[in-house]
Amino acid sequence: MFEGYETSGPAYDEMFDGDTLRSPYLRLRETLATLTQPEIVTRVEALQAGYLDQGVTFDIGGEERAFPLDILPRVIEQDTWTTLDSGVQQRVKALEMFLADIYDAGQVFDDGVIPRRVITTSSHYHRAAANVRPPNGVRVHVSGIDLIRDNAGEFRVLEDNVRVPSGVSYVMTNRRAISSALPETTAAHRIRPVAGYPQRLLAALRAAAPAGVTDPTVVVLTPGVYNGAYFEHALLARTMGVELVEGRDLECRRGRVMMRTTQGLAPVHVIYRRVDDEFLDPVHFRADSMLGVPGLIDAARAGNVVLANAVGNGVADDKLVYTYLPDIIRYYLSEEPVIKNVDTWRVGDAGAREEVLDRLDELVLKPVDGSGGKGIVIGPRATRAELDELRGKILDSPRDWIAQPVVQLSTVPTFVDGELGPRHVDLRPFAVNDGNRVWVLPGGLTRVALAKGELIVNSSRGGGSKDTWVLAGPSVSHAELGAETAPVEEPAPVEVVETSRDAAPAETPGPAITAMHEQAEQQQQLGPPVVEGRRTSLETPGGDRPC
Amino acid sequence: MLSRIAESMFWIGRYVERAEDTARILDVQTSLLLEDATLDVDETCHGLLSIMGVDDAPEHVDLGYVLQTLAYDPRSPVSIAAAIGAARESARRARETLSVPLWEVINTTNRDIVSGRFATRRTPGVFQWVRERAALVNGTADATMTRDEGWQFLMLGRCIERADMTSRLVATASVTSGTTDQWTSTLRACGAYEAFLRTYRGLSTERAAAEFLLLDRLFPRSVVFSLNRAEQCLDNLESGGQRAGIQNDAQRLLGRTRAELEYRSLSDVVADLPTEMERLQRTCAMATEAVTKRFFAGAEALAWHGMGGA
Repeated sequence: MFEGYETSGPAYDEMFDGDTLRSPYLRLRETLATLTQPEIVTRVEALQAGYLDQGVTFDIGGEERAFPLDILPRVIEQDTWTTLDSGVQQRVKALEMFLADIYDAGQVFDDGVIPRRVITTSSHYHRAAANVRPPNGVRVHVSGIDLIRDNAGEFRVLEDNVRVPSGVSYVMTNRRAISSALPETTAAHRIRPVAGYPQRLLAALRAAAPAGVTDPTVVVLTPGVYNGAYFEHALLARTMGVELVEGRDLECRRGRVMMRTTQGLAPVHVIYRRVDDEFLDPVHFRADSMLGVPGLIDAARAGNVVLANAVGNGVADDKLVYTYLPDIIRYYLSEEPVIKNVDTWRVGDAGAREEVLDRLDELVLKPVDGSGGKGIVIGPRATRAELDELRGKILDSPRDWIAQPVVQLSTVPTFVDGELGPRHVDLRPFAVNDGNRVWVLPGGLTRVALAKGELIVNSSRGGGSKDTWVLAGPSVSHAELGAETAPVEEPAPVEVVETSRDAAPAETPGPAITAMHEQAEQQQQLGPPVVEGRRTSLETPGGDRPC
Repeated sequence: MLSRIAESMFWIGRYVERAEDTARILDVQTSLLLEDATLDVDETCHGLLSIMGVDDAPEHVDLGYVLQTLAYDPRSPVSIAAAIGAARESARRARETLSVPLWEVINTTNRDIVSGRFATRRTPGVFQWVRERAALVNGTADATMTRDEGWQFLMLGRCIERADMTSRLVATASVTSGTTDQWTSTLRACGAYEAFLRTYRGLSTERAAAEFLLLDRLFPRSVVFSLNRAEQCLDNLESGGQRAGIQNDAQRLLGRTRAELEYRSLSDVVADLPTEMERLQRTCAMATEAVTKRFFAGAEALAWHGMGGA
């Protein structure tokens, strides 16, 4: 079925090197060779119908859509993965140390690695997080490090996500869907499993519990059903066997967090929150937030509840901080970065500024504090007038900008509209830190731009995903593969419920289904209106939106 | 269990039952209108709409309008389509507590409506389809759910809704009564005709039919049976054994109504069926309110009146 497949442009194709098949894909081609075109089409249809029936969806503007999944998996060989694994671990460790430092003594500033103002001027720097030491020292319980593959085939870090990275649920559902769509092919490979993720996460969350709590109650905090990633929140809560709560289910009393149950209030110790910092607590942040819990931050500062991920992590995945990350890794770990950054100029530096202004029409310019791709200008696609306007903005406040070359993402064969063609992909591996070790889920989410030549992989822009197979080497036995799940603790005993009948304030009872527009809007966690800019594949999905 | 989740479970039970019972009522009425040429279409349709809670119907209505309002139109709050949509929305909110098969059954049922397939189904096949989907949901729940609080709330919702809807079914029968046919179809709609004939040995009178649908202790769709089950669920939810009286308002309301039905003479009850049935429906609404207050009030949104981002 791969006859007639043509790679195009300078982008690195992960399956073919010209006409030669690359080694990770040997078996894939072999096992797929027998499939006829109509049969593939039938299986693709079954795949899509299955996702709709199961409700594997994401929301855009409150509308549910099935998440597009391409039938052809992406294959990563063991050796390549070993490098990525250690690179992601290294990065997360450095980010942890960096966060611990800047919210404490700030040694990194005194030693001149990064200017203090870079941090203090970041909109994600929250004083509320200063001098708070998490019980097991972890602030980045879950992270997603976005990787791309440059024209030479080398993996590079595009951005770090240490606030509320989303997408891991699709990694798990994709695997199940693809193994039933391509059973022969799946069986012919030794693929490292991804189903152990929820247990790993639960173990890390339990390990993060406040001191003295031996059997912590963990909950997942979701903005609600209108949030784009609600499917993921529900799936994680279900597979971890914990409650999925909304802000209104929680209540703070005397510095402790309780959830409202049919039997009264029950204490909560660890909150895996999928709500952005700004919405978490109307006392400290946005006063109009309906998604948060008044008093939550104070409870966390008092050490009675642990938020995962910690508040204020956003400073570490800021675009300007990203440019310092190689130095930060060298500073804390005395190691060279395993995975390089994409080349980036800090326009604030005089030398770099000159070069950037000269080459404005061939670079991508990003505002450092812009999230969600806002304000990004792609030089080659911009008009003269746009570039002139940009030049003015840069000269006005050069340190608000960074510049990067236009990066071609690598391509992987993808089945679109009954045809096989190269499509651009990126990769988001997920890492879980339990305080002892950073564990990287073998695989991660491969996002694919379904339109031809398109570099934007975001699902909100018509992107889909691919199942990502990390192959186990010959040295790994089947038993080890099977055992590659979580270090499961003893099962949690039934939680102790503190009953207090008079606790719940009974106001007017509401109908079961109310369409609250404002609530819906907030649950999507739309920020204040910002001038629409161009979004590119290089954008940061700010907060917890569909990936 | 979280109050909010409990509320979702309760409403899944109610909406699924509502979809099913609406289909049963429509099934009877449409076939009656087709078969009995002596019936005044306008009057029957108006009667049906008002029993189902539609007060703002236009002056002249026909069967098409009734079907649109009570079955097909998802924007009409009393339609089958809306009930299924609402059941699915409730299920989505409690998704992490539902078993996967149960979620998928509810979701695929709703897919039929969203995709427009439902609107193309014709009567009476569509009613059959709704009954079957409801049976699939109930059966899947029965086979896969643990008998914990969530189950009790699901059953409670289903039983309260069933008592309410059976009373509406009885009310529709009495509106157009005068023919034994009407009662035969009503019994058929409940799948109770054969059981009724066996129980009353072929002695089919209006009075007997009403008695069977209202008071039979063994027939699962009768009002008394449903009220009994609802009381049981509430009893299970309130674990502390009470030595005297009933503490739960909902239980008290339902129990009192059931006792009244059972202990009054039948002639008294059937003397003015429509009024009697309306009272029953009011009790169901009040019981729902009491359940909400007792168990779900914790889910009330807490308003925070801040002084700006301090």
